[in-house]
Amino acid sequence: MSLLTTRRTRRRGPRRFSARDRAVLGVLLGIPLLLDLVIVWGPTLASVALSFTGWDGISDIEWVGTENYANLFTNYPQFWPAVRHNLLWLGFLGLVATPFGLLLAVLIDRGVRFGRFYQSTIYLPVVLSLAVVGFIAQLVFSRDQGALNAILGDTESPTDWLGDPDLNIWMVLLAAAWRHTGYVMILYLAGLKAVDASLKEAAAIDGASETQTFFRVVLPTLRPVNVIVGVITVIEGLRAFDIVYAVNKGRNGLELLSVLVTDNIIGEASRIGFGSAIAVVLLVVSMGFVVTYLVQEIRGEKNR
Amino acid sequence: MSSHADTVAPPSAPARRRRVTPGRLGVHAFLMGVSLAFLAPLLLAVYASLRPYDETAERGYFSLPDTLSFDYYRQAFTDSGMTKYFVNTLLIAVPGVLLALFLASFVAFAVARLRMRGSIVLLMLFTAGNLLPQQVIITPLYVLFNRIPLPYWMSDSMTLYDSYWAVVAVQVGFQMGFCVFVLANFMRTLPIEILEAAIVDGASVWAQYWRITLPLCRPALAALGTLQFTWMYNDFLWALVFISDGDKLPVTSALNNLRGQFFTDYNLLAAGSVIVALPTIIVFLLLQRHFIAGLTLGSSKG
Repeated sequence: MSLLTTRRTRRRGPRRFSARDRAVLGVLLGIPLLLDLVIVWGPTLASVALSFTGWDGISDIEWVGTENYANLFTNYPQFWPAVRHNLLWLGFLGLVATPFGLLLAVLIDRGVRFGRFYQSTIYLPVVLSLAVVGFIAQLVFSRDQGALNAILGDTESPTDWLGDPDLNIWMVLLAAAWRHTGYVMILYLAGLKAVDASLKEAAAIDGASETQTFFRVVLPTLRPVNVIVGVITVIEGLRAFDIVYAVNKGRNGLELLSVLVTDNIIGEASRIGFGSAIAVVLLVVSMGFVVTYLVQEIRGEKNR
Repeated sequence: MSSHADTVAPPSAPARRRRVTPGRLGVHAFLMGVSLAFLAPLLLAVYASLRPYDETAERGYFSLPDTLSFDYYRQAFTDSGMTKYFVNTLLIAVPGVLLALFLASFVAFAVARLRMRGSIVLLMLFTAGNLLPQQVIITPLYVLFNRIPLPYWMSDSMTLYDSYWAVVAVQVGFQMGFCVFVLANFMRTLPIEILEAAIVDGASVWAQYWRITLPLCRPALAALGTLQFTWMYNDFLWALVFISDGDKLPVTSALNNLRGQFFTDYNLLAAGSVIVALPTIIVFLLLQRHFIAGLTLGSSKG
C-alpha cells in the first residue's frame, strides 16, 4: 500500500493523454455515466420533485406542496403498518439472520469435516430468485396442504400461517432469512479465511479464551466484511418486495413500502405524485445508511 | 505476564481436532440439522411437483405418494410456454451481463488506474446508485419509457415501455454500480508495473485497458459474470413494471402466470418454481468457486 502511494505522487505529472486517448475516455466514460444519470440519478431526483405534485400521469403537473406527505402520514392506513414491517424486516435480518450466518461461518471455518457440504447446502437458497422463495414458502406454510401443519399434526383447527395478518409477516421473514443467512455466511467465511492465524495464536498465548479471541481479536479485523454485511442487510430490508409479492401481492398483513409504491404507480389509480412521496420516504431512510457507508469508503480511498 | 503456566503447553488445535468430543459431535449435529432444514423446502418443492393435485389436496404435501409423474413439468412447458419465457430471459440477461461488464470494466479501469481528478466522485456515483432502493427510480422511469417512441422493428409497442430495451437498459444502468465497485477493487490488486511498462512503450489508453488490464481481470470477470447472470435471471421487479405484454415476460416474472385467476394449482406452481430454480442451481453447482468469488471480491479489498 505504502509503495503504491509513493508511486502515485511520483507519477502525476508530465505525461497526459493524447487526443485519441481523450476521445476513448470521453466515449467510454461518457456512455456509462450518461446511463447512470439517466437510469439512476435523474429518476431519483425526479421522484423527489414529483412527490410534491398531484400528478396522475396524464393531466398537467400541478404543484401541491407537502400535501402528499400530509396525506401519507395521517390519511393512508397502509402506510404505518408498511413502515413497521420494513423496520421489522430490517431488525429480523440484522439481529437474527445475520448473527446466525456469522455463527455458521465461524463453526464451518474451524475446519469441521463435511464443511464443504454444509457450506454448499446452506448457501444454496441464495441462488434462488426471491419470487421462487415466495412460492416455496407457500408450499411449506399453506394451511390445508402445507408441510408445517402436517408436521405439527394440526388437523382440527389448522393455523393459516400465511393468511393470518398477525402471523404471516413472521413466516415471510423466515423465508427471507433462509436466503439471507447463506449470503452472510459466505461473506464471513471469506473474511475469516483471510484472518492472519498468528493473531489467534498470539491471543491464545496471552491466555485469551476462544470466545474472547473471537470478539476481541478476530471480529475487529473483519471490519470491512462487517461493513459490507451491514450494507447488504440494510438494503435487503428496504428493498424487500419479491417474496411478499409472490405470496399475496403484499396485502393483508404483508404491506411494505416497496409494495405501496408499486401499487400506486402501476395500479389503476396511477397516483404518481403520491407513489413518489412513498418512494422518497424509502430514499431518505436508505440515504442515511448509504452516506455513512460512502464516508467510510472515501476514508479508505484516501488511505490507499 | 501472569499466564506463564498456560504458555508452556497451549492447547494445540490439531491435537484437539482429532479427538471426538461431545462438543464436536454437537457442532456436527447442529450443522447437519441446519443443512437439512435449509435443504428441506427445496426437496419439498420437488416432491410436490411430482404429485397430482387431488392427492396432495387430500393428504397434504407431507405424505407418502401413490403416483409420481412429470406431468406438471410437461404441462408447464406445453400449456404455459415456459420455453418462450426462458428465451425472453436470455434476451434480457445475456446482453445485460455483457454490456454491464464491458461498460463497468472501463469505468473501473479509469477509476483504479488512470489517476484522473474526480475519480473518487465517479466511483461514489456508481456505487451509491446501486445501493438505492429500486422503487425510488421506478416511477419516473415508467413515465419516461412511456414517452420515448421507438420504431416498430425495435419494439412492437412503439415505445420504450413494454420492450426488452427498457429492461436491459435498467438492468445495465443499475448493476453497473456493483460491477464498477468490484472491478475497481480487483484492478487495484494487480501489479502496476505491467501497466507502467506499457505506458513507457507508448500504449494508448485503449491498449492499456483492452490488451493489458482486461486479460488480467479474467477471474474477476468470470466471477462477476456468473453472479450478474444469476441476478438478472432472478430479477422479478423490472420486468413486472416495464413489460405489460404477458408474452414478453422473463421466466421469473412469468411464474406468477401459473397462478390461476380463481384457483391456484400449487403443485403446478411448484413444478414452475423448480424449473425456474434449476438453471441457477446448476450454474451454482458448476461454477461455485466463481460464484462465491464474485460475492466476496467486493468485500475483501486488496
